[in-house]
Amino acid sequence: MHNFTDRQRTKVMLDVNQLSVEAGGRSILHDVSLHLNSGDTCIIFGPNGSGKTTLLMAIMGFPRYHITQGNIVFHDREITHLSLDERARMGIGMSFQRPPVVRGIRMRDMINVSLGEHSFDGGEEGAVVVNLAEKANTTALLDRDINYGFSGGEIKRSEMVQLLAQQPGLSLLDEPESGVDLVNVPLMGRLINELLEKHRHIRDRERMGIIISHTGRILDYVNARTGYLMLDGTIVCEGDPHEILETIKSRGYEECAKCMSEKSPTQ
Amino acid sequence: MHERKEPDAVKKKARAARAKASPFGEDIDLGQYLSSSTETPYFDDLSLLPGEQREQMQQSGMALGEHGSRSGTIIQVDHSIIHSSVSQDGVEVMGMNRALSMYSWLSRYLWRAVPVDSDKYTAHVELHQNNGYFIHALPNARVTWPVQACLYLAKSELAQNVHNIIIAEEGSELHVITGCTTAPDQESGLHLGISEIYIKPRAKLTFSMIHRWTQGVAVRPRTGIIVEDDGVFLDNYVIMGPAHSVQTNPVAKCVGKGAITRFSSVVVAPRGSSMDVGSQVFLDAEGSRAEIISRVVSTGGHVTSRGYIAGNAPKVKGHMECNGLILSREGFIHAVPELKSTLADVELSHEASVGKIAEEEIEYLMARGLSRDEAVAVIVRGFLHVDIEGLPHQLTAELQRAIETSGKDFM
Repeated sequence: MHNFTDRQRTKVMLDVNQLSVEAGGRSILHDVSLHLNSGDTCIIFGPNGSGKTTLLMAIMGFPRYHITQGNIVFHDREITHLSLDERARMGIGMSFQRPPVVRGIRMRDMINVSLGEHSFDGGEEGAVVVNLAEKANTTALLDRDINYGFSGGEIKRSEMVQLLAQQPGLSLLDEPESGVDLVNVPLMGRLINELLEKHRHIRDRERMGIIISHTGRILDYVNARTGYLMLDGTIVCEGDPHEILETIKSRGYEECAKCMSEKSPTQ
Repeated sequence: MHERKEPDAVKKKARAARAKASPFGEDIDLGQYLSSSTETPYFDDLSLLPGEQREQMQQSGMALGEHGSRSGTIIQVDHSIIHSSVSQDGVEVMGMNRALSMYSWLSRYLWRAVPVDSDKYTAHVELHQNNGYFIHALPNARVTWPVQACLYLAKSELAQNVHNIIIAEEGSELHVITGCTTAPDQESGLHLGISEIYIKPRAKLTFSMIHRWTQGVAVRPRTGIIVEDDGVFLDNYVIMGPAHSVQTNPVAKCVGKGAITRFSSVVVAPRGSSMDVGSQVFLDAEGSRAEIISRVVSTGGHVTSRGYIAGNAPKVKGHMECNGLILSREGFIHAVPELKSTLADVELSHEASVGKIAEEEIEYLMARGLSRDEAVAVIVRGFLHVDIEGLPHQLTAELQRAIETSGKDFM
């Protein structure tokens, strides 16, 4: 599968090792391992409540997710105990499933914050902000309080705009297509492709992505190299994302997991 | 027009109310303050004002030449009017003593919007009045730039007892910015300000008041507003930084059909400050509307945030938002939103919240790379950013700058 000799290309840039995570006094993830090379995108499937979002939250560093075992290494640095904002500044970014409304903070301000601009004056950054917003068809939202009365699709697009401003090396995308109407799914696909530098040749691509998908619909627009299936807080299958999706569609999650255990009993 | 009250009758009422405590706020012993001050000289040229005074005035929203334009300016230091000027037709700006001697009709407006026997403070001002300002927008005048009024307390332990009147005549449009402040080292003092505001039919007044006090100052403004047919009254109140004790609860009466009143307040109370701040609107005429928005931050101070809307006529609408943020282990915020209606055909609603900043909001900003402290500062700044409807863009920017300058110590 690895046809590239380029060192950078084959280097593991995100290494999640045997991670166990607890939240609210409940153990949620058990022994989860996941690796991404520079430029890679993976997609995680799994039913509701299987722990997919918890994994993203733990990688991002949200304080209520306690890592009880294992570690996370990002760009050669162990980040297991770094704070949320330190990780963000190192280049990890996340699109929120249900971001909070923050009254008095406009979407424009959030884009400025994501650009690393802490002043709200607009100024020279104004044009950059407007360009980003236009790209995601969110110009009309710029001066509204962030997430206040946003539709499901508007939230998704606004999150993408903020990530495009932030330009993280690793993007954690939680169900980017859910709640997005049919016409806008291709747009989300384009935005994700831009965020993950899909226009660049894989040898030159550095940005990485982990995408959670319920339906797999996003695979029609975004290529992912690896698929994972998560059940009950554990990764039970790793392979070609399209194959996993087909198996889930035809036989269901549990059957898909069985196939995995048959093929690789060493897991 | 009401009959002119006999001065003796007014004085008699005032004397009878001399010991009448206010229902809200700490009871102030008026005897502990000085009642006389030395005359402060008049300044034609405001650039000659002492630097310290200029700075304090600017930080309470006054434009003294550098930024912002004004249609008129009036400044009172202690008991003296030290400057009064107008740069546009259609508006009159002068000290109250002068105005009362010039216009005999003006006394009919005294104590009509604020009853003289409301409490000991109104009574005290009637019995010991030291000037104040009169601002008058003539019929159909469009006053382009704001008129600014500054009340400055310079002498320590002084009681400043001012009586102000603003009249926006029929069809006029006027913005007034009032900055009330003190010398930066003021140890003690009392500011009693009566403001009576009259909005005639189809007139529109934006009244922005910025309070900037010191730890030792007690403040008891008494404000009454009467809004006639299709008149619009937009009030913005900003108080930041320390004050020993502030209690204010302006009363707006929408007495004309379709009258509109909107109060927006931004209150920041540091440790050692006690603030009881509210607004009341009586919707007494058909189709009148009210909105009260208050944003309160306690960084250790005690705040009671009141709101009261009464629906007394058919088809009136009122809405209130009282939101409080507590940023310190000390201090409290007590939100008291009240609605009252005497009939069914009204729409009154309120939302209130008090608490700390939601952790998920902080984390949302941290996930975009801000440190916890930066995230809190950005959220507080946003919280205090009340979108002020009907205000010219330049004035909004000025007010926002005043908020940020006043709040720079904690933001």
